[in-house]
Amino acid sequence: MAKTHRKAYLFIAPFVIVFLIFNIYPIFLTFYYSLTNYSGMGGIANAEFIGIANYARLITDAYFYEAFLNTIKIWGFNFIVQMLIALGLALLFSDIRLKLKGVGVFRALFYLPNIITIASVAILFNILLDWNHGALNQLLLSFGFIDSPINWLNSPTYAQSAVALIGAWMWFGNSFIILLAGISGISRDYYEAALIDGANWWKSFTNITLPQLKPILLYVLITSIIGGLQLFDLPMLLTDTRGAPQGSLNTMVLYLYNQAFKYNNFGYGATLAYGLFIITVLFSAVTFRAMYRKEVR
Amino acid sequence: MNKIRFAKLFIYLALILLVVICFIPFYMMVINATRTNSEILQGFSLVPGTAILDNYTTLISYMDVWRGFLNSLTVAVSVTILNAYFSALTAFALVVYHFKWKNVIFVTFIVMMMVPGQLGLIGLYDLSEALGMLDTYWPLIIPAIAAPFTVFFFRQYLITTMPMSLLEAGRIDGASEMHMFHRIVIPILMPAIATMGIFTFIGSWNNYITPLVILRSPELFTLPVMMGALRGSPVATNLGAMYLGIAISVVPIMIAFLFLSRYIINSISAGAVKG
Repeated sequence: MAKTHRKAYLFIAPFVIVFLIFNIYPIFLTFYYSLTNYSGMGGIANAEFIGIANYARLITDAYFYEAFLNTIKIWGFNFIVQMLIALGLALLFSDIRLKLKGVGVFRALFYLPNIITIASVAILFNILLDWNHGALNQLLLSFGFIDSPINWLNSPTYAQSAVALIGAWMWFGNSFIILLAGISGISRDYYEAALIDGANWWKSFTNITLPQLKPILLYVLITSIIGGLQLFDLPMLLTDTRGAPQGSLNTMVLYLYNQAFKYNNFGYGATLAYGLFIITVLFSAVTFRAMYRKEVR
Repeated sequence: MNKIRFAKLFIYLALILLVVICFIPFYMMVINATRTNSEILQGFSLVPGTAILDNYTTLISYMDVWRGFLNSLTVAVSVTILNAYFSALTAFALVVYHFKWKNVIFVTFIVMMMVPGQLGLIGLYDLSEALGMLDTYWPLIIPAIAAPFTVFFFRQYLITTMPMSLLEAGRIDGASEMHMFHRIVIPILMPAIATMGIFTFIGSWNNYITPLVILRSPELFTLPVMMGALRGSPVATNLGAMYLGIAISVVPIMIAFLFLSRYIINSISAGAVKG
């Protein structure tokens, strides 16, 4: 029986107060800044109110589009690789004929890179991929796979691929665990019925596993999109913190950070934050609709 | 039957190969942390060197990694405790009592869970400056009191596990509401607190952008910020010391994971199926 109690307000007060001050207020403050030319120094009082000028700049800003495309390219490549490995592993470990052992150990080993500090990983790969003395080039050279060192972090394609693949390496374990849990939750009866009807492996995969897995796939996709659009630590620290080579690692959040905190442009940085927010909402909404439209049919 | 056996052998070998590939970066890190700069420049090696102490001396003379470790620990532990305690208190109030705006609060939670953390970053920086909290841990720690996702998780957990009759019995015995929260609700919530606690801790430990923006003094740097600063520092001229610095930031967490892995992975599996 729920009852009204004056103390209830007291109990939620810390949450509400901190929430309003440290969550909601900064979000509104950021919005207000996005309507000014505030530099971030000398106080907001000295800044000019410039209306939607920053937003006008945003929609014509070639760097923003570039940052958006970079982010999408890196995320897309990352997601495909990550999901192929994760789904492949989940199917292997859930296969009733194979009955593979050691799920626990493999899950733990594949998950491990998820908990490592991304900043450390980025710095590690910055030296592992170094052109001159990086371990990767040394390894490839000594096995004779290449004749001369490849300057991985000087080529936009290689650098973007590196971020995508490092991300896939870090996060496939997480997707694997989630997908495996999802597949294990599908009732065996479906598969047995399919077997009696003479369905082959591919048929039961496309007609049972995939449709039953849809909510889980949606969950993985949306969390991956939201996380992917916020990509920051890895592209920042893998190269020169400004998105080198040739701006190819300049992601949206990195652009935001550099505008606001390196070039003292709080007003435009705030606008970029809102641009990122709108894109995130749009992407999540589109994904959600696309995944569920077919069902209505 | 034989065909399946052969396939299984092949699959196990492929899985082991995948594990090896996954661990090569960490392996190279550990090996190179024990080699001198010139050894590393000459080529790669699969066997450790002997320069680990020299590398350690070099590293420590420029950068106090253990200080960074302690700083990260201070922030992450504070965040985890505040997050758990106040989220439990809020969830308790939301589940047990009736009050105005209960639904407004609840809807706000759901919306806020989708808002990217960077949205208010610039505002948070200026707020911290106005409050004189720039270059302190307060802006990193205090927001943990208001964690919508944890409250949401605890609320769902309490709804399914807490018998209201227990609270009624407590009230008849004259226990105060706060007393019941500490003696009845927190023990019931303990499994959920442990689950969220681990993820909150990892999240705070690995957070880079917020401390990067808030902290200025090197002696306050958390480990990720310190790692970010490592490359531009004099340590970078000695690759062995550089690898060792990275290894110190990574290996203890890996060891902690070994003890908690079963628990962490079961939480992810359970969360996925419910979500």
